Amino acid sequence: MMSTSASFSANLASFLGPSRVLTDPVPCAAYAVDKTIPAAVAKPASAEEAAEIVRFAALEKVALIPCGNRTKLGIGMPPSRYDIALDMTALDKIAHYDPGDLTLSVDAGLPLAKLNAALLEHKQFLPLLVPWYSRSTVGGTIASGIDSPLRQFYGTARDFLIGAEFVDGTGKLCKSGGRVVKNVTGYDLHKLLIGSLGTLAIITRLNFRTFPAPLASRGFVASFQNAEGALALRRAIAESSLTPLTLDLVSPELARLFATQTPQTPEVAVFAGEEQPSGQSLLPPVGDWFRPSEWQLCAAFASTPEVLARYERDLMRLATNSSTTSTKFLDDNSRPSLWGRLRETLSMLLEASPAAAIFKINILPSYHAALFASLRQIAVRAALPHALIARAGGTIYFALLPTSANDGNTNLLAQTATQISDLLSASDGPAPANRGHATLLFAPPALKHAFCVQDISASRRLKAAFDPQNIFAPGRCF
Amino acid sequence: MNAGLINELEKLLGVSSVLYQPEDTLLYEYDGSVEKGRPDLVVFPESTENVSQIVKLAAKYNVPVVGRGAGTGLSGGALARTGGVMIVFARMNRILELDAENQRAVVQPGIVNYELTRAAEPHGLYFAPDPSSWKSCTIGGNVAENAGGPHTLAYGVTTNHVTALELVLPDGEIIRVGSKHGEAPGYDLSGLFVGSEGTLALVTEITVKLSRKPEAVKTLLAIFDTVDDAADTVVDITARAITPSACEMLDGWTLRTVEDYIHAGFPMDSAAVLLIEVEGLAEAVAAQAAAITEVCNAHHSREVRLARDNAQRELLWKGRKNAFGALGRLAPSNYVLDGVIPRSKLPQALRRIHEIGEQFAFQIGNIFHAGDGNLHPILLYDPRDAAQFERAREAAARIIRYCVEVGGALTGEHGVGMEKSELMPLLFSDADFDLMRRVHDAFNPDCALNPGKIFPLSKGCGEIRVRKQAGATATQR
Repeated sequence: MMSTSASFSANLASFLGPSRVLTDPVPCAAYAVDKTIPAAVAKPASAEEAAEIVRFAALEKVALIPCGNRTKLGIGMPPSRYDIALDMTALDKIAHYDPGDLTLSVDAGLPLAKLNAALLEHKQFLPLLVPWYSRSTVGGTIASGIDSPLRQFYGTARDFLIGAEFVDGTGKLCKSGGRVVKNVTGYDLHKLLIGSLGTLAIITRLNFRTFPAPLASRGFVASFQNAEGALALRRAIAESSLTPLTLDLVSPELARLFATQTPQTPEVAVFAGEEQPSGQSLLPPVGDWFRPSEWQLCAAFASTPEVLARYERDLMRLATNSSTTSTKFLDDNSRPSLWGRLRETLSMLLEASPAAAIFKINILPSYHAALFASLRQIAVRAALPHALIARAGGTIYFALLPTSANDGNTNLLAQTATQISDLLSASDGPAPANRGHATLLFAPPALKHAFCVQDISASRRLKAAFDPQNIFAPGRCF
Repeated sequence: MNAGLINELEKLLGVSSVLYQPEDTLLYEYDGSVEKGRPDLVVFPESTENVSQIVKLAAKYNVPVVGRGAGTGLSGGALARTGGVMIVFARMNRILELDAENQRAVVQPGIVNYELTRAAEPHGLYFAPDPSSWKSCTIGGNVAENAGGPHTLAYGVTTNHVTALELVLPDGEIIRVGSKHGEAPGYDLSGLFVGSEGTLALVTEITVKLSRKPEAVKTLLAIFDTVDDAADTVVDITARAITPSACEMLDGWTLRTVEDYIHAGFPMDSAAVLLIEVEGLAEAVAAQAAAITEVCNAHHSREVRLARDNAQRELLWKGRKNAFGALGRLAPSNYVLDGVIPRSKLPQALRRIHEIGEQFAFQIGNIFHAGDGNLHPILLYDPRDAAQFERAREAAARIIRYCVEVGGALTGEHGVGMEKSELMPLLFSDADFDLMRRVHDAFNPDCALNPGKIFPLSKGCGEIRVRKQAGATATQR
């Protein structure tokens, strides 16, 4: 029997202490997920306290959603139940950092920017430059599964997350992996937490391998009148000996957004050589070297002066043989304005259109040209503004950007989303069978159900193993 | 063994694909580890459908199933601990697709690791995980154990290169996880299944990333008069955030044994050598090689040699990769450990291993992936001497305990298997085992697949019986 929200809130407050439990509707509203407001917010001060809350929730049969600074809670399906928000931001310590080992153990609630500031003192960093960067917590970043432009060189979190501690659905503190860079002892359960949206476990601590922070870095932008030209240069770079840190293709529509908008998330310096902005400063505008009416291929690279010179030579040679209309190398002064926007693409798209539908499409690079054309066609037919960014490894973010969130637009978005889904599953389409997948990353709640994930029986088995009573973020994954 | 099962398997696969005479199954009771476990039946499927049908038949007769690649594993992962049916993937060894533009290959599990690299080479590509056994081990086995190798220091282990799997579950169901790209809706199931040691499902098809061959490679041999200096050099290379593509250490005793056999050019009078490789753009490689030489010199390296050409480079690597073969000349058997430590603990760990060797009266050699703290102490012993074998196991357990004490783990790339399963409680609590057990049961609820692995027998498959009948000489502690 599920207890009433008033009684479990009182019970929660009685054992956590009133200062760690919010029940007023106004602060609780700030924890809404897809418009569902929790009855209470609990803020554990330790992993043990988080486990205690989970045991309480299991007993009372109430549903929990863990969160950090709540920047990416829009990702995922609307919850089927949501009683308690578990705010993990009080767990914010670096538990263990040995720069000599390049390994790290950090509490889930620590903001990434603070973590990287500590690592940069030892000329190291964690290559997770994700949107809402200065506010995102480590735990939220892992649970959301969000990627970073740096994946081109460093891979995604699954390549450098080496262990985790977490509370399972029975309220027990568990762990997997460890603090060494190579380890096959036991199942790699921590990898399952990446992108799990809080549905499997409450992440309390994460272990990473860290990386040497890039030395002097440079940017390179080449503009093109069409996607094909940009894709040809991208392929030439991919087949060369160069290994850029980032390699992203930006559509003209997104380039226009970059040229006219400033991300609202406060800016922090990331790399060596960048000036540390003071207080709540925002990114400077991109310079007039940026050609917003065209496709842009954007690369970043970092190394010693000799290697940087080699990059510049080789990129110029490859660009000269391409159909580029202009190229530009960016230094530490000009680079952050564009790289900050590349990192903040998702936050900027949602700031431009809060009712946006943003798809994440994973498809191998050779299928990009045909897919871009089809996506554009669908958006144009629906008369919906749109924008696209494609990572060289294959991940594409495609956004439909309605100008307002009325019912008509929601219907139009739903129809268009269905067309995109059909496009990706059609055997004769630009993404033949087994080559690509699309997920609807951000969208108005009404739209999300229309675009549900298929083929998830194996994931369901895991959900039941981690969380037998289905108290963690029910409905968020499937 | 049940005649009905043999009959049905022979009908399904043909008589030449089913072995059950003791003299035939005897060949499959070993792998590269010190363990034994003989299957009652060995079968050779040629397709995923075959595998599914075999698994269904085994379920019908209530017999466990174990998958096996080339049997080069070092933890008893591919041994039939409780007898049953062994599925050998030798005939499922084809490359199904090689997509050079997207740097992907789709392969069957029985393909030999090196064969994939050979097929990819004309495109300037290769498969990065390179276990020492790469010329005989299979990619299916690499996936099961999440195998590493010298060059995983820079490029990651098997799991970092697998994007999709086709799997057969114990009830015969065929599922696909991951995608050609790598990411797929739902949880990172490829990440779970890679390294699950055949305890969750049988892998029947693997999609892997292919890496681009670097433009320049430099191989350095740094020679030291003390093990401490060599170990300090590794710590310093890591601390200075230099990332070689490989950083291997051979101690003096090991390198002399290897040199006698391979003639790789290792100096016979040195206490330790580091085999260090850097790869990438020519300019970057030159700078890294210079930085590494500087670190070596700072730690009293007697000499840093640069491989002159490809032939010399290959000879040095031959010395490293065939070291275990060389050691085979000294004793009837060797026991290779696989503990991992935080890299900064390397000097003290090597001293401790030496002490443990003296205490147990073993000469312990060290030839290992120093760059990522993955130790491979090697104990030479005679398996016919039961007391000596027990002493070897005790010394091994002592070393592994030490690795855990300094913040490390039981195994870096060989897997837990049946060799280290009883040591798992050193790292994991009852709560951890409960969860791992529930994950295990989500896919393999009746312990039909590879029973008696990873979990300590008391925490694994409930009432699992370790059979000690003639022919199934399973060992247990």
